[in-house]
Amino acid sequence: MSFNTPLDLRYAESHEWVRVEGDEVVVGITDYAQDALGDIVYVELPAVGATFNAGDVFGVIESVKASSDLYAPVSGEVTAVNTDLEDDQAPINSDPYGAGWILRMKSSGEESALLDAAAYEKHVAEQQH
Amino acid sequence: MDTYEPPIFELSSPGKYGANVPDLDVPRAELPDDLLRQDDLAGFPELSEPEVIRHYTRISQRNFSIDTGMYPLGSCTMKYNPKLNEEAARMPGFAQAHPLQAEELSQGALRLMYELQADLATISGFDAVSLQPAAGAQGEFTGILAFHAYHLDRGDTDRVEVLVPDAAHGTNPATAAMVGLKVIEVASDERGNVDLADLKRKLSPRTVGLMLTNPNTLGLFEEHIVEVARLVHEAGGLVYGDGANFNAILGIVQPGAMGFDFMHYNLHKTFTTPHGGGGPGSGAVGCTAELAPFLPGPLVNRTADGDYAFITPEKSIGRMKAFHGNFGMLVRAWTYIRSMGAAGLRKVSETAVLNANYIRTQLDDIYPPAVDRICMHETVLKGQIAGATGIRTLDIAKRLIDYGFHPPTVYFPLIVPEALMIEPTETESKQMIDAFIQAMRSIAREAVEQPELLLAAPTKAPVRRLDEVRAARQPVLRYDADKFAKLRDSE
Amino acid sequence: MSHYISITDADRAEMLDAIGVDSITALFTDVPEHLRFPQLDIPAPLSEPELMRELHRLHNTNASAQTHSLFLGAGAYNHFVPAAVDQILRRSEYYTAYTPYQPEISQGTLQAIFEYQSLICRLTGMEVANASHYDGGTAIAEAAIMALNVVRNRRKIVVARGVNPQYRAVLRTYLQGLDVEIVGDERPGASINDALAQVDADTCALIVQSPDFLGRLHDLRGLAEQVHAAGALLIVHFDPIALALFQPPAEADADIAVAEGQPLGLGLNFGGPYLGIFTTRQKYVHKIAGRLVGVTKDLDGKIAYTLTLRAREQDIRRERATSNICTNQGLMALASTVYLSLLGRQGLRKVAEVGYHRAHYAAAQIGQIPGYVVHADQPFFREFVVQCPRPAAAINAALRERGIIGGYDLAADEPQLGHAMLLCVTEMNSKSEIDELTAALRALV
Repeated sequence: MSFNTPLDLRYAESHEWVRVEGDEVVVGITDYAQDALGDIVYVELPAVGATFNAGDVFGVIESVKASSDLYAPVSGEVTAVNTDLEDDQAPINSDPYGAGWILRMKSSGEESALLDAAAYEKHVAEQQH
Repeated sequence: MDTYEPPIFELSSPGKYGANVPDLDVPRAELPDDLLRQDDLAGFPELSEPEVIRHYTRISQRNFSIDTGMYPLGSCTMKYNPKLNEEAARMPGFAQAHPLQAEELSQGALRLMYELQADLATISGFDAVSLQPAAGAQGEFTGILAFHAYHLDRGDTDRVEVLVPDAAHGTNPATAAMVGLKVIEVASDERGNVDLADLKRKLSPRTVGLMLTNPNTLGLFEEHIVEVARLVHEAGGLVYGDGANFNAILGIVQPGAMGFDFMHYNLHKTFTTPHGGGGPGSGAVGCTAELAPFLPGPLVNRTADGDYAFITPEKSIGRMKAFHGNFGMLVRAWTYIRSMGAAGLRKVSETAVLNANYIRTQLDDIYPPAVDRICMHETVLKGQIAGATGIRTLDIAKRLIDYGFHPPTVYFPLIVPEALMIEPTETESKQMIDAFIQAMRSIAREAVEQPELLLAAPTKAPVRRLDEVRAARQPVLRYDADKFAKLRDSE
Repeated sequence: MSHYISITDADRAEMLDAIGVDSITALFTDVPEHLRFPQLDIPAPLSEPELMRELHRLHNTNASAQTHSLFLGAGAYNHFVPAAVDQILRRSEYYTAYTPYQPEISQGTLQAIFEYQSLICRLTGMEVANASHYDGGTAIAEAAIMALNVVRNRRKIVVARGVNPQYRAVLRTYLQGLDVEIVGDERPGASINDALAQVDADTCALIVQSPDFLGRLHDLRGLAEQVHAAGALLIVHFDPIALALFQPPAEADADIAVAEGQPLGLGLNFGGPYLGIFTTRQKYVHKIAGRLVGVTKDLDGKIAYTLTLRAREQDIRRERATSNICTNQGLMALASTVYLSLLGRQGLRKVAEVGYHRAHYAAAQIGQIPGYVVHADQPFFREFVVQCPRPAAAINAALRERGIIGGYDLAADEPQLGHAMLLCVTEMNSKSEIDELTAALRALV
């Protein structure tokens, strides 16, 4: 099975993606992650203003049959959350890198330490076997 | 016949009632106006007794149950629930006794509890039993709290890790977390046993204990059980036994003798108390003399003059629930043990194991076994049928419904892909088991030749497959006339 | 053989042959030989008639609400259980089914639980009710754990003294492994306000009970505001029968409302199985422990019920789950559902009213006996404190001689009340029974 892994993003081993936009980063879960979870039915979002260290749990994502913690891919303060997801979680499945974004954080510059698309695909391939 | 029955709220009409309550025969007292309810219970159902009975009888017919068919749900021991037990539990001296009435007015109930404690201790090879826990999960919680208290009592304060095999029931890790302890997963080896090398690596002075189901969740007897227990004890840890699979070993082997320190009994599995559509269960616990002082109270003791009395152990972890356990379930379990005797109980396990192995050997040519070994009371197969594409275990399970069987447990244990966990129990006949085997073989053929039959299944149940995503995304968790109307009209 | 086993000797021989082993023993070779087939010293089996006789002997040595006038409550109440309730419980389609994991063939159980959740929401005014917990005490403990997960990083639970002492004990058992402090109930006679005074910036919940353990009704309006101001949650333990007459927990703006559901058609059963009612607000639905049933449609567009929001539960979340609860009290929830449907709007109110007035009648009568002091200065429901001229244990022993089971002895729980007992009167205690109790107490002065 092949998954969409855009080249311009950075990835965490825990399957979150990061897009740098100015001095902020946008965070969501990858196409591989949404497919593995199945239809998402709930996302627990943090409060705007909350701060996390890279690797901290910032929320929970649930499908009908699975539940997974969400991990902050970088350190920093949450500047916005996608509140549309409170009522409709479908975009996480249908458009994980677009309308399915989860939150924005102030950039800490750590994103360069994350995986690039090729390394993430390799990581996924190792997990799948 | 369409068996749909509307929610009771839609059957209500003002002015009716369905119970004959005593009339007021004393003067009215003053009511505190400022504390009164304002809505006069608006929206509560108003039906006559015959209407209520018909409603709940009609919806009961939309259930599958042990009394209507074979229910080979692995790990759940869906055996026949004796009718005598039901009569016993309803006897007024049991059903209408108050839990706090004086002990001298409760000697029958206390004697029954005392004897059940003794019988369960004997069957499992333990020194003490508490009947307090309300369910298996609460029994586990009791055990891990007792382990924690035991270590602390010895001044052993660094033990914070609970070892749990990767094949364990979800309640095991959840229980350890409830006690504030860390869960360390232990791998299984290729024969389905605890991987001894991995166990040795993970045992340490931080080990509280190991939680183990034996037979394990693959339906296999732990071949190195004595060694496993020895290793855990050597590391200063304790061994907890999840009694979910106890139906395999009554009169065959005692957990206490195998090296377990503590276990729970699922009285609703092994000892025939009914599952009730998801409870009440009853999770009595047994343990060694070393752990007995930590048991939850109250227990029943016999005094020097032959009376029965409640006592609380000296270092008790406390009470797990109000009063003395799910007493009604205790009456049923006691009645069952008295019906069976020691030889009867051994026959139960022998037959349960016979039935499971029979199913295994009649199906393992088309449904690959998780581990190819003699199993205990249940067998774990994989829903991987050669030549069938796009068919999953879920589809096989749903197709079984059309054949008139309750599906086995599916997708558990988690370490087995496409798992089908089949537990026939000792109460099924060979004829019924053969019919089940035939159904499974037919389904395997259909999976190759007519997969659409599996994918569309079930078609003979009261409803077809459900839109579970919708249920979760727009949860409707209580009756609301508008939401029901909207749902009815929706696509 | 046993009449519960359906395999004959001939079947067994055939099956062993098919398996490819020569004996049953060969199926147990994995069991260490020196441990195999222990002799179990348990009593010899009895036939059904013999066992019935034995059961009759046992149950007849117990007192019960049939043999005695019962004025004992303290968390277990003698209420009317219509015969129709048990007739439904005896339907084996319900009682011999398992958890409704296969919704297509479990619509009976699922619809009954959905109706249970709906009825409990109507009764309490709360937005969400789960499929139930083990009992009132464990429901309180689970509510506290939920509060710890909603209000993160706070480690204190304040519990009022008026909460049933057994429930407070269960709360302490449940939380002993977590680093949590439980305060508020240390001093005998402490009030809800005394507990409230201990709610601070480290508190995650205040737990109160109304009617409280001593039967007193509390006006809880305004309490939530103060608890919320401290950033904590308000947990209320209510009584489901009292709600037919008195303000529901939603009116007190409770965050979590729980109850012992035993009064709703379950009978006394010497303490169990009972029913833990658990309700909360919609916004906390993903934090709730235990099962939830929701409604949806099937492939043909038919209305159908299913377990939902399952990702909260232990079998999916494992060590990340906040509770290990697996079973609910399914059959007990069914009993209360049938009970509430039978009683309905009028019947439930009548049960509450008759009980209220009879309890007040009893309190008034006993209050006139010299030597007895009845605590009735505050509104109460079903139970009230009586200070007696002699120790409650002695009074109860004397009442027993007259076929009366007296009140709960408060000597251990509330020693400051002196020779006090907690008397309980429901719709099951007729005026003549109450008059007999009064006469008996008068004779004991």
